[in-house]
Amino acid sequence: MTARLADLWATLATSPLTALTFTLVAYQLGGWLYRVSGRWALLNPVLLAILTLAAVLWATGIPYAAYFDGAQLVHFLLGPATVALAVPLYRQFHQVRRSAAALLAALVCGSLTAAGTAIAIGWLLGASRETLLSLAPKSATTPIAMGVAEQVGGLPALTAVLVILTGIVGAVLGPMVLRLIRVKDPRAAGFAIGLAAHGIGTARAFQMGEVAGAFSGLAMGLNGLATALLVPLLVALLQGVVF
Amino acid sequence: MVLKFLTVLLVCQLLGEVISRAASLPVPGAVIGMAVLFTGLIIRGAVPDGLQATADGLLAHLGLLFVPAGVGVMVYLPRIADEYPALLTALIGSTVLAIAVTALIVKGLARARPPDARGSRDGAAP
Repeated sequence: MTARLADLWATLATSPLTALTFTLVAYQLGGWLYRVSGRWALLNPVLLAILTLAAVLWATGIPYAAYFDGAQLVHFLLGPATVALAVPLYRQFHQVRRSAAALLAALVCGSLTAAGTAIAIGWLLGASRETLLSLAPKSATTPIAMGVAEQVGGLPALTAVLVILTGIVGAVLGPMVLRLIRVKDPRAAGFAIGLAAHGIGTARAFQMGEVAGAFSGLAMGLNGLATALLVPLLVALLQGVVF
Repeated sequence: MVLKFLTVLLVCQLLGEVISRAASLPVPGAVIGMAVLFTGLIIRGAVPDGLQATADGLLAHLGLLFVPAGVGVMVYLPRIADEYPALLTALIGSTVLAIAVTALIVKGLARARPPDARGSRDGAAP
């Protein structure tokens, strides 16, 4: 009986059914806690789901790689979801076109601030070279950030984690920062959160409304491009000084 | 209906992937796929209802899609534990500064033109 249970467990622990079910249940649980807490920012559903799943994997001894293999389907949908951002963007296109110059200026300054201040703060506090290089592209969306990290000599897998953490920080603190500096314009709010906190920030921006969400999705796409172009340049400039 | 437009999204992503690799661009296929679909919508001049529904469905739970990659945090716990004061300060500081700088520039430069309410669904339930 025990042997059969162990067999059953061995099969189920690594099956996509278990990984997908755990992922969805953890996310629903996170969403439920977030709602009953009156949408308290620190109880971000993504953060809660990640912590719950990490605890479950740790407690059951399922290796992360086995879980990720099973949860591939959810991860895969990031691609089509990124493509789908074209829809809200198109619906807001008349607004985007009218503020194109402001958005371009904000993109270059914001992208350099995100990467530059991350390197500067990390360097001042004594982070290792590999950590700094993995940190630099963290405001871009996961696949771009990982590619850039590899290109400049960071650790792509660490970058993936830092990207997610950045997204959570942006989604949690972003609305507070915007209140503090008195930015209410949904275009400015959405663009800033999407630039600094990619898809997770965009998920948060959509809760503010479609204008904020569309500008956030646009900023996420543009900062992917800007990060891919600017971070290797910034790293080359700082060679010998910081690295 | 949903399947048809999920196919459209995948075709755009695949096209993006081909363009990205063929031109060895540093930008992932999905982001180029977004540009492909955007161009298609401009040419067509409207968003088909089914595509709107499919996109809304995917984007309503965008956060969920980041969970599997995020659980990878457990693999890097030792390094994060070693360097957490620097890492966390850099992450939080740079993200807050980037949001403030970006928002203030957009607000400052776009101030002359108030947001246009046309086609906006702001204020509706998320």
